[in-house]
Amino acid sequence: MADTAESPAEPQSRHVTYCGVCSLPPEYCEFGGTVKKCQEWLQRNHDDMYERLWSADALAAATSSLSVDARKRAEKDAHKKALKAEAAEAKHAQTISASKVYIKRIERNKRKYVTSVTGLEAFGLENKKVAKEFGKKFATGSSVSKVPSGGEEIVVQGDVSEEIEEFLLEKYDVIPEDNYELVEHKVKKGASAT
Amino acid sequence: MFKKDISPGSKSKVKSSVQRAIRTQITTTYPLLAPYIDEIIPKKEQLDAMKIPDRVTLYLIGPTPLFFQHMTDAILPHLKLVHRFPTCFPSIRIDRGAIRFVLSGATLMAPGITSTGGRLPSGDKDEEGLYGESQKGSVGEGEREGGGWYGGRELEEGEPVAVCAEGKEEACAVGVLSMGTKEVKEKGKGPVVEEGHYLGDGLWKLSTE
Ligand SMILES: [Zn+2]
Repeated sequence: MADTAESPAEPQSRHVTYCGVCSLPPEYCEFGGTVKKCQEWLQRNHDDMYERLWSADALAAATSSLSVDARKRAEKDAHKKALKAEAAEAKHAQTISASKVYIKRIERNKRKYVTSVTGLEAFGLENKKVAKEFGKKFATGSSVSKVPSGGEEIVVQGDVSEEIEEFLLEKYDVIPEDNYELVEHKVKKGASAT
Repeated sequence: MFKKDISPGSKSKVKSSVQRAIRTQITTTYPLLAPYIDEIIPKKEQLDAMKIPDRVTLYLIGPTPLFFQHMTDAILPHLKLVHRFPTCFPSIRIDRGAIRFVLSGATLMAPGITSTGGRLPSGDKDEEGLYGESQKGSVGEGEREGGGWYGGRELEEGEPVAVCAEGKEEACAVGVLSMGTKEVKEKGKGPVVEEGHYLGDGLWKLSTE
């Protein structure tokens, strides 16, 4: 009984600041490939921490324990990492500008539509998760299926093309508005619906 | 264990009986965490489980990751939890030179801990009570922070351990010892922590919202 009275009421956990660029504790930014950006972010957001970590004194103290050789190797490694990160970023930007999300309205039967969405994975979205969100948002059937050309599509019951575009625009701003294509897909009589 | 990026799986609610069992498991494995268990997993809040690749389950409350567990192995703290309660986990310390290797997912080798910048439990039984706590007197020369929070008790093979780093305040990895700390000192070579969770790995970057 007495124990419960002693238990801490105030939260006891520490609050740790993480880097807004690379997500690590800022003292570890030096090991990532985005050091420059990390430094800028830290200086803007946590001035005091920036001083503590990146002042000349701090840097000298941090590297003094390493041998000259080890320091050189670490520098080389850091440089390689930075180049790699830059290349990855450039590639990512290129993929984004070149990729399209297709929202297709497909007539299944007379006046019965389904909406197909493809291309989300190029923007780092997960079809399964987004399909679930569509289902919830539009209170309708929504599932992921494989397409013959390889890859996946989300099939949503009903004609919700515009609503889907709106929803995605609002929720996932990694996809620029220009990268959406709304397509109408009419099935000829007699042809099998795909 | 999480070298590759992980795409978030769906969360499921943990039954209250299971939630109780997990609380017990945590406080048994990490006795120093026991006083804070109600803060970490409040009784009224729903504990969620997320299945991630390689038969690992991640436990969370809301978006906050807490522990992860491979099948029925020891339950390990997510690094963010270690950062919140740094003195509640047994720990070792690596030297500065070893940091970049650990952060790229390499196995932690003994020389990175037995060197001057590294730290292992002193092995002094009188320090038993200090297990997991900060040893203020032991901060070496030229260091200002990051003295570590290793304690006196030697840790056994198979025990979970937080990996701190020379000159750093926060832990950089979590894993299971593949060699007891006494043996690490005696041998001075070989793998010490394999397949851990480290800053910037797939688990660290996993979106949990
Ligand atoms: Zn950073």
